[in-house]
Amino acid sequence: MARKDRRRFLTGVLATGAATAVAPAVKAQEKETERAPTALPPTTQVAALETENPGEMAENRIKGTAGSDFMVDVIKTLNIKYCPANCASSYRGIHESLINYGGNKMPEFLTCMHEESAVAMGHGYFKVAGKPLMTLCHGTVGLQHATMGIYNAWCDRVPVIVIGGNDLDAAHRPPGVPTFHSAQDIGAMVRDYTKWDDTPISLQHFAQSMVRAYKIAMTPPYGPVLISLDAGLQQEVIKEHGSEKLYIPKYVPTSPPQGDSGAVKEAARMLAAADNPVIVADRAARTPNGIKLLVQLAELLQARVIDQGSRVNFPKTHYLSTGPAAVSGADVIIGLELSDFWNTVNNWTDNGENGVGENSSRIKPGTKLISISASELLTKSNFQDFQRFQAVDISMVGDAEATLPALIEAVRSAIPNSRKDAIAQRGQAARKAFADQEARAKQAATLGWDASPISTARLVMETYNAVKGLDWSIVSQSGNTSNWQNRLWPLTEHHHWIGRSGGFGVGYGAPASVGAALANKDAGRISVNIQADGDLMYAPGVLWTAAKHKIPQLAVMHNNRGYHQEVMHVQRMASFRNRKSNYGGDMGPVGTRIENPDIEYHKLAESMGWWAKGPIKDPAQLAPALREAVKVVQSGTPALLNVWTQPR
Amino acid sequence: METTLRYLLLLAAAVLISFTSRPAAAADAVKGKIAFEKNGCWQCHGYEGQGGAAGKTLAPKPMAYEAFNVFVRNSNTQMPPYPKQILSDADLADIHAYLSSIPAPKDYKTIPLLNQ
Repeated sequence: MARKDRRRFLTGVLATGAATAVAPAVKAQEKETERAPTALPPTTQVAALETENPGEMAENRIKGTAGSDFMVDVIKTLNIKYCPANCASSYRGIHESLINYGGNKMPEFLTCMHEESAVAMGHGYFKVAGKPLMTLCHGTVGLQHATMGIYNAWCDRVPVIVIGGNDLDAAHRPPGVPTFHSAQDIGAMVRDYTKWDDTPISLQHFAQSMVRAYKIAMTPPYGPVLISLDAGLQQEVIKEHGSEKLYIPKYVPTSPPQGDSGAVKEAARMLAAADNPVIVADRAARTPNGIKLLVQLAELLQARVIDQGSRVNFPKTHYLSTGPAAVSGADVIIGLELSDFWNTVNNWTDNGENGVGENSSRIKPGTKLISISASELLTKSNFQDFQRFQAVDISMVGDAEATLPALIEAVRSAIPNSRKDAIAQRGQAARKAFADQEARAKQAATLGWDASPISTARLVMETYNAVKGLDWSIVSQSGNTSNWQNRLWPLTEHHHWIGRSGGFGVGYGAPASVGAALANKDAGRISVNIQADGDLMYAPGVLWTAAKHKIPQLAVMHNNRGYHQEVMHVQRMASFRNRKSNYGGDMGPVGTRIENPDIEYHKLAESMGWWAKGPIKDPAQLAPALREAVKVVQSGTPALLNVWTQPR
Repeated sequence: METTLRYLLLLAAAVLISFTSRPAAAADAVKGKIAFEKNGCWQCHGYEGQGGAAGKTLAPKPMAYEAFNVFVRNSNTQMPPYPKQILSDADLADIHAYLSSIPAPKDYKTIPLLNQ
């Protein structure tokens, strides 16, 4: 860069910084005096560079400031706390800037052993903290690893900012491996399941893309975004963008979309007039406030609530909390951010004629259906996460949580005095039904209580007993324990349960639990992970990441020694075809069991820096082991118990 | 619909028979436990027949043998049917004997972990 240009650039950045988001970055830099910022008054060394012989005074070989330093300044304005990532040469420029120029803070680089784990960590973290993380990866092979994690985040409406390194300039990039790791358009790999992607070709373009990416990811419906980051751009020296000065756009959050006011009033009238309205919520509570709003709506109507569990939407201890069968008696059903409305009101049985599934309705004819969901704003064509089409009577495209205040007010206005006694009586009936439902669940938990392998109900309740006095958070997705934690633990707070993966891609559980545990660590909570065995083995290296970065959690293995979903699928096919299933010497169909040899998960975890114990097969041994493990976790070390369990 | 009707008729017949006949006299609970595991019943219903998200509760007090037999052979619910070619009558009777031998669980009120 010419001397004259450099002087103009520095002056320009200072002038622009006064009016843009550069200012907070500068403030942050004041606290970290050890690094050289891009947008401060010239230091003695820089001033010397401006006036002295460059050949004599240049301190670095690039003869200026790296473009990736400016990128770090941009990232710092977004307050992203962590960057879980697996290292890769295509992002070496920004990697070096993050840890040296950026001081490895905001974001802090977390060493991951698989890109899919890094994305899933961001996924789990968001579900507890409500803030997105960024991850870096090779734009080709690394992004290929990351794709399933991105798909899960897409289906689960979770923002993750993925930056893929890519060397675009074929004439200058290194030959051989780095060229294998380059592509024209890395976004093509994930465009079907990201909200937005971009390939900035200048530093100013990067600043705009990064802030835009964050803004799009964080506007409901949330979702993952991708930036393809050119290796050359990271490594080039900062220069002017034409006649413009480099600046960092200010991030201003976008208000979430709300349902149309006319449709809200119509829905309120329908709900107020209903004899048996039922509320179904899946991702309705984006934040803790969403739970409070849903309680208000439910109590106003004395309507029972089915929480489908992609988030904690409604307190499990509330007398209006009920199970999925409640739709059968409803005359009005309102679905809030449902991922699958069709399957909420219909049933599909995998056992029809010719081995093909059969459809049936779960609801009475004439039942009115209302939907509030922002997902329609995010529908693409290829991947089928939008599920089967369900016709409804009122369809609102908008964010449910943002629409609830208006709906609550509209319902309050729509309820005539003449209906109030009937609504109160509905509440009394719900209290009795809730008490009965709770007693039934507890009695069902007693079945196989003393069995070995240990029943999933026993596993879950022994674990609860070990943490019940603490501020706990369930950081596992597993419904493979027959959902006992959702049925018997008092889930009342948003952080009590992180929900499921979204796309049901196996391998999400372990890394998402580590990401969620990281957020809980910052909040001073204990994280509990009921860890499925098959899920852990997709990328067990995340155990090392947890130990390396001192992210404690209590992991209790649900070690049923098989891929149980698939065990049953193959068994079903064999039965349809009148064939005895080939077990190959195992306990289930060939290809579905994880036994002979048994995996010693406690040794695996121990080898990566965890405290671990097992295998535990006798239920009587579980409580003392859990007590010991909880103490370890409270001391800051992750702990794992390898427990042999019943299948579900 | 046709399948459902067929199933209901079979079930009705089985219920009628269950009042007039007994489970296979030679049924053996010990052999039944082995058959229960060998034929993969435990995969959905658990080793104790306790059931869960994947399968119904089978024990204690399984349905009468004849109804059980009809259901297993003709199920049109989520459970696939098990024809005789892959699960013999003898094995099925033993499985029923095993499920019948499983004692009733405790009352949940007597288990401290379920009362907290």
